[in-house]
Amino acid sequence: MTEKITKVDIITSPNRLEDLMDELDKIGVTGMTVSNVSGCGLQRGHKEYYRGTPVEIKLLAKVKVEIVICEIPVDKLVETVKKVLYTGNIGDGKIFVYDVVNVIRISDGTEGIDALR
Amino acid sequence: MEGLNGADVGFVIFAASLIMFMIPGLALFYGGMVKSKNVLSSTLHSYMALAVISLQWILVGYSLAFGPDWNGLIGGLNWAFLKDVGMSVNPDYAATIPHLLFVVFQMMFAVITAAVISGAFAERMRFPAFLLFLVLWSTFVYDPVAHWIWGAGGWLKQLGVLDFAGGFVVEISSGIAGLVAAIVIGKRRRTRPDPHHIPMAILGGGILWFGWFGFNAGSALAANGIAVNAFLTTNTAAAAGAISFVTMEWIINKKPTALGTVSGAIAGLVSITGGAGYVTPGSSLIIGLVGGLLSFLAISRLKPKFGYDDALDAFGCHGVAGIWGALATAVFASIKVNPAGADGLLYGNVELFRNHLIAIGAIVVYTAVMTFVILKAISLVTTLRTKKEEETEGLDISLHGESAYNALN
Repeated sequence: MTEKITKVDIITSPNRLEDLMDELDKIGVTGMTVSNVSGCGLQRGHKEYYRGTPVEIKLLAKVKVEIVICEIPVDKLVETVKKVLYTGNIGDGKIFVYDVVNVIRISDGTEGIDALR
Repeated sequence: MEGLNGADVGFVIFAASLIMFMIPGLALFYGGMVKSKNVLSSTLHSYMALAVISLQWILVGYSLAFGPDWNGLIGGLNWAFLKDVGMSVNPDYAATIPHLLFVVFQMMFAVITAAVISGAFAERMRFPAFLLFLVLWSTFVYDPVAHWIWGAGGWLKQLGVLDFAGGFVVEISSGIAGLVAAIVIGKRRRTRPDPHHIPMAILGGGILWFGWFGFNAGSALAANGIAVNAFLTTNTAAAAGAISFVTMEWIINKKPTALGTVSGAIAGLVSITGGAGYVTPGSSLIIGLVGGLLSFLAISRLKPKFGYDDALDAFGCHGVAGIWGALATAVFASIKVNPAGADGLLYGNVELFRNHLIAIGAIVVYTAVMTFVILKAISLVTTLRTKKEEETEGLDISLHGESAYNALN
């Protein structure tokens, strides 16, 4: 297995998901897993109102987008994601990059980069 | 009290309550069809119509619509604040119930009409602009149009136009207003339908069907045979609309959907509203079938072709099926069903059809022009449309500071 397989996790605001997906589509990302998550980081929560009473919401709704790539350069992916999600404010999100040891397609037993094709 | 009939009073009170129940129904219907981040905003549109128009109605609305006639165009302000409107009957409108009960019954029509329009500009209208629109539209469009058709001395009433329960006044006016508002306010950033809770929309649609019995049967304003006929024609048209809509889906898209079935029922209900008390149950079957069919074509063909963003199909459902219903009434009406009505084309009377064409033309043009003017006037005072960031964040949080669903709690 000479080619490197990389997993990129992106955590960001759910409102940005559709824009992100559009851009990922343009650079040829075909597969992803998206989950609704809640979390907190440097961004403080926001205020909502319950029958006139302000309520501090600590955990904010976020989405986690998981992508495993091999042929698309990781730098290109990261740059694209940064460009789409950047507003300069806290809460734009984070990108995590990991090495992947192996990928196995269950239906036919293909392993490694072939399983991504 | 002179002339009061207890059964009629009880019946109309019940019917008015049924119509009020259409507001939560509409809130669920619309709320289920929008994205989860906008459900409270859409819900609030319906409830605000109930709160705001209820007050507008007793202050000036009722008097403008039903007050002493001025040149056939509008009611005078003689009955503003319900001055001189009391417990005794008003034979011009309903001979056996208190005048105030007629006020309440008609109030619910004004409320639901304003609320229906909100489907067209869902997910993108600013709240202050919406509130202004509610008041101005109801005052300058709904009230005069209601006067033309139903007010003593109204010019279309004099002409002999038949509108049993608001086919013109409620359905055509709200549908056309929706179309104009959708175009003036502009498209959402993403117009792909993204209903977040279809069972909710379907429950709302069912409640609308139920409430429509108050709308249509109640419009007899008496517990009599015409009310019963209206009840049956209403249910028949709803059923027929559901069947024709879902059949079209099944043939064209190969899948019969639940939301499509309920949408078809609403189209059927819209199309029978004007004629419910004037046509036979057999005629209502045809009216409903065609209403569902036309609505399907408007929503699935016309809207994509012209590209207007009537988000929840206020025009595709109420406008299109409403205009069909107005024409159909002029075809199928029979004095055998209702001696106070008239015969339609099918029974050899051309005049009614001509009059309905005039009424459709007048109401479409007046509503379109006035809705446009009102929106432009509001835009001079406050912005109509949410900012891009507000729209992407969702109107619930950005405008109202409230979120509908919290997955972790």
